[in-house]
Amino acid sequence: MISQVETLYLIASFLFILGLRGLTAAHTARRGLILAELGMVFAIWGTLIHPDITRHLDHIGWFQTYKWILLTFFIGSAIGIAISALIPMTRMPERIALSHAFGGLAAALVGVSEYYREYGHIDHTTMGALGFEVLFGGLTFTGSLMAFGKLSGLIPGRNITWPLQNQSNILMFGGTFVLLVLVTIDPSNQVLFYAMAAMPLLLGILFVAPIGGADMPVVITLLNSYAGLAASATGFALNNNVLIIAGAIDGASGFILSVVMSKAMNRSFRNVLFGAFGKVDEGDAAKVAAGGERVQEASVGDAAMLLSGAGSVIVCPGYGMAVAQAQHVVGELAEILEANGTEVRYAIHPVAGRMPGHMNVLLAEANIPYTSLLELEEINDDFKNTDVALVVGANDVVNPAAKNNPASSIYGMPVLNADLARSCIVLKRSMRPGFAGIENELFFAPNTVLTFGDAKDTLEKVVDALR
Amino acid sequence: MLEIFLGLYIFMLAAFVGYGVIKGVPALLHTPLMAFTNAISGISLVGSLVAAGAHYNDVSTVLGAIAVLCATINVVGGFWITDRMLRMFKKQDPKADAAGDAAS
Repeated sequence: MISQVETLYLIASFLFILGLRGLTAAHTARRGLILAELGMVFAIWGTLIHPDITRHLDHIGWFQTYKWILLTFFIGSAIGIAISALIPMTRMPERIALSHAFGGLAAALVGVSEYYREYGHIDHTTMGALGFEVLFGGLTFTGSLMAFGKLSGLIPGRNITWPLQNQSNILMFGGTFVLLVLVTIDPSNQVLFYAMAAMPLLLGILFVAPIGGADMPVVITLLNSYAGLAASATGFALNNNVLIIAGAIDGASGFILSVVMSKAMNRSFRNVLFGAFGKVDEGDAAKVAAGGERVQEASVGDAAMLLSGAGSVIVCPGYGMAVAQAQHVVGELAEILEANGTEVRYAIHPVAGRMPGHMNVLLAEANIPYTSLLELEEINDDFKNTDVALVVGANDVVNPAAKNNPASSIYGMPVLNADLARSCIVLKRSMRPGFAGIENELFFAPNTVLTFGDAKDTLEKVVDALR
Repeated sequence: MLEIFLGLYIFMLAAFVGYGVIKGVPALLHTPLMAFTNAISGISLVGSLVAAGAHYNDVSTVLGAIAVLCATINVVGGFWITDRMLRMFKKQDPKADAAGDAAS
C-alpha cells in the first residue's frame, strides 16, 4: 500500500514542476495550471489511500473513516470557490494575503496535532521539524492577517511604530528561536512547546505592523516564502516528500519575488523590514517649495486634445488606478486612440501596485492584450520617442528624482522615464505626495500637465470628449 | 536520522529546481504565479488529511479537520483564481482578431 502512495506522490511532484514550467510563458500558462491541478488530484488520491487512514476501513466503514475529510473538504471548496469567483481583480493582493494566512494556519495546526499525538515518543529531529513548522506557520498566519487588514483598510495602512520597536521585535524573535532549540533538546516539555507555538502568532503581528502600504509587495512575497517553508517543514515532520518538494518550490518562488521587489525599490530586505520608511523628507519638500515652482493644470478638454494629437502614447499605471478601478476605462481610451491610429503601450513598473504583477492582471482584465504590457527595461528607452506619457495614479515610480537627485530618499531606484516623453499627462487625485513622502519633480516639469480628480472619472470624461 | 538527510537532499534539489524554473516566469505573470504556488503549497492538505482521517484521537481529528478546511480553501480557491486570471491574458484584442479574420 505504501508503495502505491509513494508512486502517486512521485507523479504529483513531477506534474507540479512540469506545471510550473508552463508558467514561464503566457500562452502555455493554462496548460501548466491543468498539469498542476492533475498533480494535486494524484497527491490527494495518494493520501486518501494512506495506510493510517485505510486501516480503519474494515471495522468502521468508509463513511465513518472519511466523514470529517468529506465535510471539511466540501465546505473548504465552497468557500474557496466563492472567494475566488467573486473577488474583484483590484482586490487580488488581499486575496493572496488571506490565502497565505490559511496556508500558515493549516501548517501550524498539523504541527500541533502531530505533537499532541506523538507526545512522549518524538525524537529530536522530528521535534526540530515540528518546531520550524509551527514557527513559520504561526508567523505566516498572523503576519498575513495583518497584511490582509492593511490592504483591505480594516486597520490603518500606514506604518505603526512604537519606541524600541526593532529591538523588542528582534529580542522576541531570538527568544522564540531559543525556545525552539530548547524544545528540540527536550521534546517532552509541553510548556516550552506551547509557548514556542504561541510566540510566532504575536511576532507576526508585531513584524508587519510597522510596514507601510507601499512596502506590501515585499511583505506579501516574504510571507509567500514563509508559507512554503512551513509546508516544507511539515513534510520533514511527516516524512512526506511531496510536501517537502511543493513547499521548497513555494519558498523559492516567494524568495525570488521578494528579491525582485526589493531591487525594484532599490532597498534591502533589512531596510524594508526594519526601516520605518515613509516619513516626509523635509529636504526634498523644502527645495521644491523654495523654487516657487507651480504645476500646470490641464482641463479634461486639454488632456483629450493632447491625446488625440499624439502618434504614440505610453500609459504608466500605478496603485491609484487600482484604487479608482480605472482599468476598464483605460482600455476604452486605448481602443479609441488605437482606432485613431495612435500606438498605445503600457509601461509596468515592478512595484506599481501592492503586489508583483498587480497592474498586469488589472489591464488584462480590461481586455488589453498582454503583448502591449511592457516591463520597465523593455520600454524605458522608448519614452524619449513618445508623444504622450499618461500617468494614471502612479507617483514614486515615475519620479525623476530617483535618477538625478542624490539627496532624495528614493535615489537609485529604477523609475519609468515618463519625464522624457514629449509631453506628460498626470492624472492625480490631489497634490498629496506619494508613499515615499517626497515631492515629485515630474509634476513641475515644463512638459508636464496635471489633471486633478478621480482617475476613473477623469478618463471617462476624456473618453466622452474623444468620441 | 538517515531520513532527515534524505529529506534535506530533496529539499535542496527542489529549491534549486524551483529557483531555476521560477526565474523564467515573466513579470507579466507574477500575480498568477503567487496564486499558483499558493495553491500548490495547499499540498499541506496531504498532512491535514491524514490527521483528520486517521482517527488517532479527538484533538488530532479536530485540528486536522480545521487544517483540511484551510488547505482546501487554498487548493481549490488558488487554482480557481489562477485560472480566472490566466483566462484574461490575451495575446491580441479579440475584436482585432475578428477584424483580421474578416479581412483575410
